[in-house]
Amino acid sequence: MGGTRRRLVVIGNGMVAATFLEELLGADAERFEVTVFGAEPHPAYDRIKLSTVLAGACEPESLTMLDEDWYTDHGVTLHAGCEVVALDRERQVVRDGTGRETPYDVCVLATGSDPIMPPIEGRHRGGVHTFRTLGDVHDIIEGGRRASGAVVIGGGLLGLEAAYGLRLRGVEVSVIHLMDRLMERQLDGVGARVLRGQLELMGMRVVMPAETASIVGNGRVEAITLRDGRVIDADLVVVACGIRPSTALARESGLTVGRGIVVDDRLRTSDPRVFAVGECSEHRGLLYGIVAPLNAQARVLAAHLRGDETAAFEGGIPATTLKVAGVQVFSAGVVDAEELDDLLTLEDTAAGVYKRVLLRDDRLRGAILVGDLSTAPQITAVIAGGATVNGNRLSLVAAPTGEPPTSVAAGLADEAVVCGCNGVTKATIVCAIRDQGCATRGEVTKCTRAAGSCGSCGSIVDALLAGCGVEASASSAEPDVCACVPLGLHALRAAIWERNLRSVQAVLETLGNGTGCAKCKIALSYHLDAWWCGDYEEDRSARFINDRVHANIQRDGTFSVVPRMFGGITTPAELRRIADVADRYAVPMVKVTGGQRLDLLGVRKEDLPAIWRDLGIVSGHAYAKAVRTVKTCVGSDFCRFGVGDSTALGIAFERMIWGLYTPHKLKSGVTGCPRNCAEVTVKDVGLVGIATGWELYVGGAAGMSVRKGDLLSTVATPEQALRHVALFVQHYREEARYLERTYHYLQRVGVDAVRAATVDAPAAEQEGLLERFALAKSRVREPWATEGASPRTPLQFGALPAAGPPEERELVGHAAAAPSPAFRSTQAMDRGEAMLAAAGVGVG
Amino acid sequence: MISPGATRVRLGALDDLPPREGRAVTVDGERIAVFRCDGGVRAVSNACPHAGGPLADGVVAGDTVTCPLHMRVVDLRTGEVSDCAGRVRVHDVMVEDGVIYLLRPEPRSEAHRA
Ligand code: SRM
Ligand SMILES: Cc1cc2nc3c(=O)[nH]c(=O)nc-3n(C[C@H](O)[C@H](O)[C@H](O)COP(=O)(O)OP(=O)(O)OC[C@H]3O[C@@H](n4cnc5c(N)ncnc54)[C@H](O)[C@@H]3O)c2cc1C
Ligand code: SF4
Ligand code: FES
Repeated sequence: MGGTRRRLVVIGNGMVAATFLEELLGADAERFEVTVFGAEPHPAYDRIKLSTVLAGACEPESLTMLDEDWYTDHGVTLHAGCEVVALDRERQVVRDGTGRETPYDVCVLATGSDPIMPPIEGRHRGGVHTFRTLGDVHDIIEGGRRASGAVVIGGGLLGLEAAYGLRLRGVEVSVIHLMDRLMERQLDGVGARVLRGQLELMGMRVVMPAETASIVGNGRVEAITLRDGRVIDADLVVVACGIRPSTALARESGLTVGRGIVVDDRLRTSDPRVFAVGECSEHRGLLYGIVAPLNAQARVLAAHLRGDETAAFEGGIPATTLKVAGVQVFSAGVVDAEELDDLLTLEDTAAGVYKRVLLRDDRLRGAILVGDLSTAPQITAVIAGGATVNGNRLSLVAAPTGEPPTSVAAGLADEAVVCGCNGVTKATIVCAIRDQGCATRGEVTKCTRAAGSCGSCGSIVDALLAGCGVEASASSAEPDVCACVPLGLHALRAAIWERNLRSVQAVLETLGNGTGCAKCKIALSYHLDAWWCGDYEEDRSARFINDRVHANIQRDGTFSVVPRMFGGITTPAELRRIADVADRYAVPMVKVTGGQRLDLLGVRKEDLPAIWRDLGIVSGHAYAKAVRTVKTCVGSDFCRFGVGDSTALGIAFERMIWGLYTPHKLKSGVTGCPRNCAEVTVKDVGLVGIATGWELYVGGAAGMSVRKGDLLSTVATPEQALRHVALFVQHYREEARYLERTYHYLQRVGVDAVRAATVDAPAAEQEGLLERFALAKSRVREPWATEGASPRTPLQFGALPAAGPPEERELVGHAAAAPSPAFRSTQAMDRGEAMLAAAGVGVG
Repeated sequence: MISPGATRVRLGALDDLPPREGRAVTVDGERIAVFRCDGGVRAVSNACPHAGGPLADGVVAGDTVTCPLHMRVVDLRTGEVSDCAGRVRVHDVMVEDGVIYLLRPEPRSEAHRA
C-alpha cells in the first residue's frame, strides 16, 4: 500500500490547513502520506478566538482545532515549531530549519499572513507587540499584568479585538487609528460611528485620525507620540496595522506571486504540483482575510485532490460575521456606496444598531450590520443564491427587532448558511438536531461546528433547536411579576399577606420556582418592604448592588456618593465638609447634579464608610428606587414674584418622605409660582404655588419621555398639600408594579382612578393610607450612619483577603476601581475649553 | 479532586461570604469573584466579558449571577454569558474547615504556554 500513497506536504498549520486536513482525511486517511510543518509550536488552533484568551475568558488549550491525537489517528506526521525555509520545486523537496529535507508529490502552501510592522521609530522597545499568534497573546498578557495604560495602533478588526481583550483585563486602552473611521474595510461612516459609540461605552478611548510618530521610553515603552504632537502615556503597545500574505517561500522558489501566491480556481499555483490556500493566496486578483471564503478554498482543494474534477473555487461576495470587541458586526461585499446603488438603511444609534444594504438592479452588492445581526442569515442566503433579491427587500434590514429569532430561523431556506465562519447550512444543523439527537447548542457545535468560532450565529442555532421542539416554548400569559413567580400583582400580595411570607426566599419557595432570577428577587424585595410597611426580613442578596452598599455603581466599578440636601438648600459648613471629603479621599470628580445637590464621583467601595462618617450627612438615595429629590426654587423668601414659601415647603416635603423605597425613583419639586422655575410639572410629584394655595401635579416626566403631570388636587394650605402628597406616595408604593414610574402608572390607571383612591377616597381609607405611610416611615433606617459604623454583612464594603504577598492583598471591589489620581473635574473643564476653542466661534 | 501538582490558595473564611452574595478577591493579580450559591461556593473571573463589569457585585440566583452593569446573566458552572459571545473563566474552589481555597492546576506562569 505504502508505495501507492502520494506524498503530501503541507506548509503551515493554521486554521485553513486544519480545515483542509479534516476535509481531506476525514473519511479515508489512506490515500496520502501527509507531513505537516507548522512554524508555531502548537497543533492547529482557532485564531479568531485569540482575543477571548487575551481577555482571560478562556484557556489557550480550548482553542485547539486538531489535537495531537488527531494527527496520530490520521497517520499525519506533524512537525510543530518547525519552519520550512526552502521549497525546491525541481527536486520536489522542502527543507526545514533543521536542514532536513522532505520529498513531496503534492505540496500545499497554507502559510497565512504576517503582521505588518510599520517603520515607527522606537518599535523595538520592550513592551511593543504584534497580535497574530498565541505567542503574541502570551507576551501581551505578561506585559498587561503590569500595564496601567495600553495603546493599540490600528483601528481595524485586529486592533479593536486586542483593545477589547486588554480592556477586559482592566487596562486603560487607547486605540490610535490612521483613518477617520474604524474598520474602514468593513464599515461605512455611520456603521463605524455606531461601533465607536459602543466601544466608548466599554471605556475604550478612540483617537483618530491620528498617526503615530514614535514610541518613546527608556528601554521599555513609556509613551507614544503622535504626528500632531500629542503624547499618550502607555506601558504596553500593540501594533495591529494590518497583515501581509506570507509569500517569501513561494517567491524564492520562483512561483508566480502578486500580492499573494497566485492560484487558479483549483487553487493551483504556477506549478501544477504546488497549491496554495488561505490568506497567503491570491485568487482572481483578490486576497481574503476572513475564514469563511478561505475554508471554502480548503474544501475545494480537498475535493480536488480526492479526485473531484468539478470542484472549483469561484470566489464570491466575501461575507463575514465578526465579533468586534464584543459588538456583533456583519459585513459583506462592497462597503462604499456609489451613485447608482439603492440603499436600505436602518439606524438606532442609542441602541447601537445600524444596518445598511446596497442593491443595484435588484442584486445585492454589499451589506453592513452592526449590533443586531438578526437579518444576516437572510442576506447570506441571498448571496449564496446568486445575490438576486426577490420579494420583500426590506426584510433584509428590518425584519426581526422584536421578532423572535425562532420565526427568523423558520423563514430561512434550507441551504441558507447560518454559520458563516464554518459554512454550515440550516439543513445541516436541522439534520444534526433531528437525526443525530443534538439537544443543546454545545452539541450542535460539536457535531457541525456551527457557532463554534465567533459564536454570533448562536441565537439562530438556539432558535432552530426550539423550532425542532427541543425546548418547550415559554408559557402563555405574561405574569405581572416574573415567570419565576407566576402571579399577578394583587394575587401575589394577597398570598403574601395570607401566608405571612416575610422574605424573598420564602416567597420564591412557597409561590415561585424556588430560585428566582435577578429581576424578580429585586422586585420582590421592594414589594415585601412596601406591603409589610418595612416589617420584613430584608435579604441583601436579593438587592441590587446599589442597595447593598448604598451608593451608585458606575461603569468602572467605582461608586458615587450623593449626600441629601433637603430642598436643595445647604450651608457653608456642610459645603466645607463635602470639600474636605473630596480632598481627603482624592475623589476624582465633584459635580452639581440635575437634582440640586452635589455628587462625589469615582469613589472606591472600601472608602464609602469613612466618607459617610466624615460627611456626617444623610444619604441622598441617588442610587435607589426610592425617594430622590425635592427640588425647590427660592420662592417668596427672596423672589419678587413668589407667592408660596417653596423652600420651606420643599424641605418639609422631603423630610416627610425621605428614606422610603418606591416602585421606581420618585423625584419631586416645589415651586413658588406658575413660572415654575423648579420645573415641577414634569416631576413625579410637583407642587406649584398659586395665589390661593398650592396645585399638586403627579405623573410628570422629563426623562426618557416628556409628560406634563396630571393635576391631582388644589389645596389652600401647605399642611393640606403635604397630606395629599403623603396619600399619593403611599398609594403609589402599594399599587404600582416594581419599576413602574409614576408617569407609567398614571398612564395605565388614569388620574381619575388615582384621585378616587387617594384625595377623594372615603375618610377611613385615607386614614389607612396615612397610617401605613407613617408606619413605614417609622421603620426607615438611615443606611450611611448605621451601616457605615457596623456593616450589615461580612465584608460589605471589602473583599476576601486571600493569602499571598502583601502587595497582592491590596483588595478593592474591582481592580479597575482604583480611582485615577487625576482630578477629573479639572479634566472635564479642560475638555470643555478644548471644545470651545475647536468650535471656532471666536470665543475661548 | 485535587490533581497532582495542583496548588491551593487560601481565599478567606466561608463565614465572610454571606449566602447568595459574591465577594471579590485578587490572586496573583487576577481578579476573581467568589459566590456562595445554594449548591456550594463557586468562583469565576471578576470581569464580565461584555464591558468588564464587577460580577462579584451581581445578584445571584441558583447557579447564575447577573452582572450589575448591563444585566447579562453568567452561568457560574460553565462561564457562559447570555447575549454575549464571550465567556468568563471558571475557577475550581474548595471549602475545608470553614476556609475557602482556590485550586490552581499548575503554577500560574506555565498556564499560558500551550
Ligand atoms: C447624577 C445625575 C446627573 C447629574 O450629574 O446631574 C444623574 C445620574 C444618573 N441618572 Fe439621572 N441623574 C440625575 C438627574 C436626572 C434628572 C433630572 C432631575 O432629577 O431633575 C432626570 C430627568 C427626570 C427623571 O428622572 O425622569 C434623570 C433621568 C434619568 C433616567 C430616565 C428616567 C425616565 O424614566 O425617563 C434614568 C434611567 C432610569 O431611571 O432608568 C437615569 C439614570 C441615572 C443613573 C442613575 C444611571 C445609573 O443607573 O447608573 C445615573 C448615575 C450616574 C452615576 O454614575 O452616578 N436618570 N436624571 C443627576 C442626579 C440627580 C440627583 O441629585 O439625584
Ligand atoms: C485576533 C484575530 C481575530 C480574527 N477574527 C476573525 C473573525 O472574527 N472572523 C474571521 O473570519 N477571521 C478572523 N481573523 C482572521 C483569521 O484568523 C484568518 O483569516 C485565518 O486564520 C487564516 O487562516 P490561514 O490558515 O490562511 O492562516 P493562519 O491561520 O495564519 O495560519 C498560517 C500558519 O502557517 C505558519 N507558517 C507560515 N510560514 C510557514 C513556514 N514557512 N513553515 C511552517 N509554517 C509556516 C504560520 O506560523 C501559521 O501558524 C482573525 C485573526 C486574528 C489574528
Ligand atoms: S418660580 Fe416664581 S418664585 Fe420661584 S423663582 Fe421663579 S418667579 Fe420666583
Ligand atoms: S459589563 Fe456585564 S453586562 Fe455589561
